[in-house]
Amino acid sequence: MPTDQGRRYYAWLPFITLLRKEILRFWRVASQTLLPPIITALLYLFVFGATLGERLSVLEGFSYAQFVIPGLILMGVINNSFANTSSSLFMSRYLGGIVDLLVTPVSPPQFIMAYTLAAMLRGMLIGSVVWMLSTLFAGLPWQSPLLAILMALLASFLFAQFGLIAAIFAHNFDTLSMYSNFLILPLIYLGGVFYPISILPEPWEKLSCLNPLFYLIDGFRHAILGVGDTSFLLAFGVSGTIALGLFCWAAWLIGKGHRLRT
Amino acid sequence: MYSRGMNALELSHLQKSFAGVPAVRGISLSIRQGEIFGLLGPNGAGKSTTINMIVGVTRIDSGTIRAFGYDNQRDYRMTRRMLGVVHQEVVIDNFFTVDQALKLHAGYYGVKDDPVWRQLLIDRLGLRPHLGKVMLKLSGGLKRRFMIAKAMIHKPQLLILDEPTAGVDVELRHGLWDFVREINRQGTTILLTTHYLEEAEQMCDRIAIMNHGELIAMEETQELVRRLSNRRLRLWLESPLEEIPNALTVYRPKLKADGRELLLCLPTGEGAGILLQQLCELGLKVRDIETDQSGLEEVFLQLTGMKGNEDAH
Repeated sequence: MPTDQGRRYYAWLPFITLLRKEILRFWRVASQTLLPPIITALLYLFVFGATLGERLSVLEGFSYAQFVIPGLILMGVINNSFANTSSSLFMSRYLGGIVDLLVTPVSPPQFIMAYTLAAMLRGMLIGSVVWMLSTLFAGLPWQSPLLAILMALLASFLFAQFGLIAAIFAHNFDTLSMYSNFLILPLIYLGGVFYPISILPEPWEKLSCLNPLFYLIDGFRHAILGVGDTSFLLAFGVSGTIALGLFCWAAWLIGKGHRLRT
Repeated sequence: MYSRGMNALELSHLQKSFAGVPAVRGISLSIRQGEIFGLLGPNGAGKSTTINMIVGVTRIDSGTIRAFGYDNQRDYRMTRRMLGVVHQEVVIDNFFTVDQALKLHAGYYGVKDDPVWRQLLIDRLGLRPHLGKVMLKLSGGLKRRFMIAKAMIHKPQLLILDEPTAGVDVELRHGLWDFVREINRQGTTILLTTHYLEEAEQMCDRIAIMNHGELIAMEETQELVRRLSNRRLRLWLESPLEEIPNALTVYRPKLKADGRELLLCLPTGEGAGILLQQLCELGLKVRDIETDQSGLEEVFLQLTGMKGNEDAH
């Protein structure tokens, strides 16, 4: 009898299935999704850890490699969390596959959480691999490992939301890549990955405080090294507020079906 | 809420506009459980918009949609579980093979994969040799079959087919319709749109015709055809006729050159008895008689005004 009467319904299964699909999606094309960011991070580590790092010192008591590694880990987390939600949702929109999902009982909260958790997993996976590779170049003191993990999770959550929003508003692949190339990348580079903003002259130091990425990177580094340009609480508070704001925006857009439903 | 005997689908005063241009203008219709219902209309009539509103891809401006008694806005999770849809556009996802995609798809509907049912669909739709292929590697016909399998994987109670046979060959079309009849016999209600009116006439218990976003007809298929189509009579006379009698003008007569073959059209809804009696009264002796009836296609063209346009061209 081809009806679903008598077939048990599991309310959580649509969420689990979508999460599984999103994880499988990046796992199946690991050569495109996981390998390139790891190679990029390895190159950065080689340049700043094994070559230039020996001649640079920006933070007293720490080698340059120790200073730059937390930033590189977080860069991997941020880029990959954003890439996962933005490329997956945009491709679904672009190729029409989103329709397959819109006709199912997957609710907007399940939709957001499945996309977000898969993106966070990818981001944290890359971050972990970068950290493991970094041990070849320098060890980290890990002053507050739990706070560091919390900050990395917050960064991946925040950029997963941003990826969803970018995918909803992008008109084509060019506009989507503009978000990463002309917004995220400059903000990361200017957010203190390679230098502490305290060494900048005015007004650049104050302007850097307007960069939301600065708080994520500084908070993460603070948790690992025990020192930073600003307090951990401020870094966490600002990042958490931005993450919450982006989550509410993404939830509103997806709940409304903005640019997803006609 | 759900009980036997209630309608599978009820649309009430459904309206939708895109950028101020009305696509669906307040249509209302009901589909009974267990029937095959055809929604027909020319391109741009509003069929796909209506279907997209039913399945939740398009937002409703006003009106209500109830599936098996549940409101498709308020109880969307319940209604979507009961519906399966095959979209007109082929949806491509190249990350998963046919088998993997089918296994995943059941989960979206909150039901665990049923291997027996999945294997049945795979075999019935001829997908077994292609289970390891991604969609990009499938032919157009196979993509359609895969989409039908996907739409059926959670055993929906109402299957919606939006032009499922568009662009597929005759053999596959017949195979698909056989499958649709089979699952309908087993209890699944079917709502379909198709451009192949002959097939709609053979398949559908009832038909609704849309034009310019409005419902212009909705009846039992046979009744619609009987009521609106023209029956033609071809008569072979014993002796040649020199001139058509005036009394036959109402039947739009045409006389062949030899005067022995007469073609007459019966007015809509009128039997042949009166005409035959008139022929007797006129003293015309009929040697042989042949009747035929225009089908749904002609009814469709008349109702949608496309016949007039064609004639004009």
